[in-house]
Parts: sequence; C-alpha cells; structure tokens
Amino acid sequence: MGNDELILLNFWPSMFGSRVKIALEEKGLDYEYREEELPNKSPLLLRMNPVHKKVPVLIHNGKPICESNIIVQYIDEVWNDKAPLLPSDPYEKAQARFCADYIDKKLYEAGKKITWYKNKEGAEEGKKEVLEIFKVLEGALGDKPYFGGENFGYVDISLIGFYMWFHAYETCGNFSIEVECPKLMAWVKRCLERKTVAKSLGDPKIVYEIVLKFRKSWGLD
Amino acid sequence: MSEVKLLGTQSSFPCARIIWALKLKEVEYEFIEEDLFNKSPLLLKMNPVYKKVPVLIHIDKPVVESLVILEYIDETWKHNPLLPEDPYERATARFWAKFVDEKCVLSAWEAVKSEGENKKKAIETAQEMFEHLEKQIAGKKYFGGEKIGYLDLVIGWTSLWLNAMEEVGGMKLLVPEKFPSLSEWTQNFIRVPAIQDSLPPLENVVNYFQVGLNYLRSLSANKS
Repeated sequence: MGNDELILLNFWPSMFGSRVKIALEEKGLDYEYREEELPNKSPLLLRMNPVHKKVPVLIHNGKPICESNIIVQYIDEVWNDKAPLLPSDPYEKAQARFCADYIDKKLYEAGKKITWYKNKEGAEEGKKEVLEIFKVLEGALGDKPYFGGENFGYVDISLIGFYMWFHAYETCGNFSIEVECPKLMAWVKRCLERKTVAKSLGDPKIVYEIVLKFRKSWGLD
Repeated sequence: MSEVKLLGTQSSFPCARIIWALKLKEVEYEFIEEDLFNKSPLLLKMNPVYKKVPVLIHIDKPVVESLVILEYIDETWKHNPLLPEDPYERATARFWAKFVDEKCVLSAWEAVKSEGENKKKAIETAQEMFEHLEKQIAGKKYFGGEKIGYLDLVIGWTSLWLNAMEEVGGMKLLVPEKFPSLSEWTQNFIRVPAIQDSLPPLENVVNYFQVGLNYLRSLSANKS
C-alpha cells in the first residue's frame, strides 16, 4: 500500500468533497489535494469525470472514482485494515447507506432553495424543508454520540460537510439551526472536535461570502 | 411465517430488481402485493420516510431503497455474488447504478410525459444517457461479465419496462441501430431463467405506466 498515488480534485466549499477529505484523513492516507477553480473546470477533471464533470473525484494510481459516497465506500474497502467507516453488520450497513442516500436525495436540493432564493417565499419553503430533514436526522441520531453509535462513521461523514453551509442557510433563510435543532448542533460540535473533521472543513463565513458572490453574478441580488 | 417478505407491486421495476436478486440467491420469500393508491399500514410502518415499495422485511426488520436492498441481499446471502469482489469494479458498478436511477430512468420518463417540441428534446436527452450504457456493455455479454450481476439487475428495466414506456409515450428510445450492444444485452438478459420466470405481463406494465401518467397529468391540471 506504500506506493499508492492519491489525488483529490475538489472545490473546498463542496460538502461532498469534504466527505472524501475526512475519509482520507480518518484512514491516515497521504494524498495530493488539487483545488478546482470553479466554474472553470480543469482538463483533468473533465477527463476523469466525463459523465458528470463534477467534483469530488479521487484518482487512485491513475484511475478515477466519482460520486462522494461511492468514493468513501471505496476508501473503506481498499484500506480496510484500520478505522472502519461502515458497520460490518449487513443490516446496520443498510441503515447507514439509507441514511446517507436520504441526505443526498433531500438536503442538498432543499438547501439550494434557501441560498439561491428568488423571493422570500422560496427561501421560506427551503427553510421548512431543511428543518423537516434535520428533524428526521435528529430522530435517526437519537441519543447516540454519532449516527453510527459510539464511533464516528459513514453517515456522520456524509452529513458534517453541510455544516460549512449552515451559516449561509441561516442568514439567507433568517433562522437559527442552534435554536431549531439543538441536538443536531451538539452532534456538529462533537464532530468538529475531531482533528480529521476540523482540518477538512472550510470557514462557513467564507462560504456565505461565496454564496453572495454567486448570487450577484447570477442576478439574484 | 416467512423469514423474508417483500412488499411490492408486480409491475414496478425496482421491485423486480429485488425479486431477481432473491431468485438468483435462491432465497425463499413471501411477496405481499401493495395497492399504491391505498397503502397498507404495514408499508407505512416499515417505510415511514418514503412510503414506497419495494420494502424488504428480513426477520421483521425493514430495508428500503432498491439499491440499498440489493447490497443488503448480497451481503446477507453470500453465495452467487451480485457485486464484483474488486473494490474498483464495485465502485464502478455503484457509479453506473446511481447514474441509471438518477439520469436514465428520469430522462426516459420525461420523454414519456413530454409533448411536441419538448418531446423531441426529451428523446434526445434520454438517448444521450443510453449512449453511456451502450459504451459500458460493448464487447461484454452482461454488465457483470460472464454472469449477470448487480448492474444487470439495475439496468434490467430497459427490457420489458422500457418497451412499456415507449408504448405509453408513443416513441422509440432504445433504437437497435443506434444501440446494438444494449439491445442485444436486453435479449440476453430476459433469457436468463431467473429473469424469464419472473417477468410480469407487458400489458400490466403498460397499464401501470398509463395509470401513473394519467395521475401525474391530473395533478398538474389541478395545479394550474
């Protein structure tokens, strides 16, 4: 395993890219990080992900793996000698996959309704949806320290990257996630205590500035 | 009392994926037909988040979402593996499965629903998605190689179900001249005994999609 070449193509505000960063850090792997200057996509990105042309892409010894949750599972299966990210029990694994899939299907789209709102009603609709999703996730978390139980794992990795966007959601949607979902914020703080997470997430305030920049360039403000 | 129950509908292709997987694994199961316009308390209890089929119930514990169920089946009953062993090949199979569900199915359905100039564009878009699958199957008997596997089950809807969509939508998507390898694959796929034995009648699936389309059209008519 010593001669593995790992390159991660990413755009740092991406909540999906942060999943891969965290997984690589959890496994203690050396990798080269390459920032994509979106919206300008590098020839390498277009070559490595011709179908979707999106980040993140992990390139392992020249071969690309795309789609963040698929990349995280790949990392877990290849470097299976330490820090397991998914449970070993098939039923618990299925629950973890379901949860991560739910986050993928629901949270990103709902969040977009808030940050890229065209009017107050649109932002309000997005905020309602995001809060509903957070309630479902708080239910899944229950009284456990992490979604996986005692150990930080796949579902935690799937969700924590969205923390970078919380300040943007709150400011655009005019609400406080701490007030509405205290259990979720307690989980966020627990995750941020992990070095692997802290070093993989960017500043939520700068994410908000980027949101404002994009909103202006798209004529939304 | 069956250890394995499947809540589903006969004409749904996500449910068919699970039936095929259970048959390939030689797992006995009880099939419980759901009326999607009148969902059972069991379905609502077992899948409160989405309230959809298929739901696999294994020793009273539910697993939902067809791709999640397929992996659960593969990991619980380890003989006749569905997913490749190599992690890179597994990641590739998962990538294409996600692509099929997020892009192919939706674009095919869009082509069914659309009319006029929009329909022409929707057909083009759907066929662009099929181009990717054509490239993936070229030179191979099955997506899984010599034997059918996970990705074949996921793409299996392009056999009978796509025919039904084409009939309801009044168009042809999987044109053999454009997609010779994929067309040939659909023929190989439906000849596999486990698949052949569990295909629903075409007219039932046509009816299923027609009902679905009428329902969607009535929803949008009520909105406007």
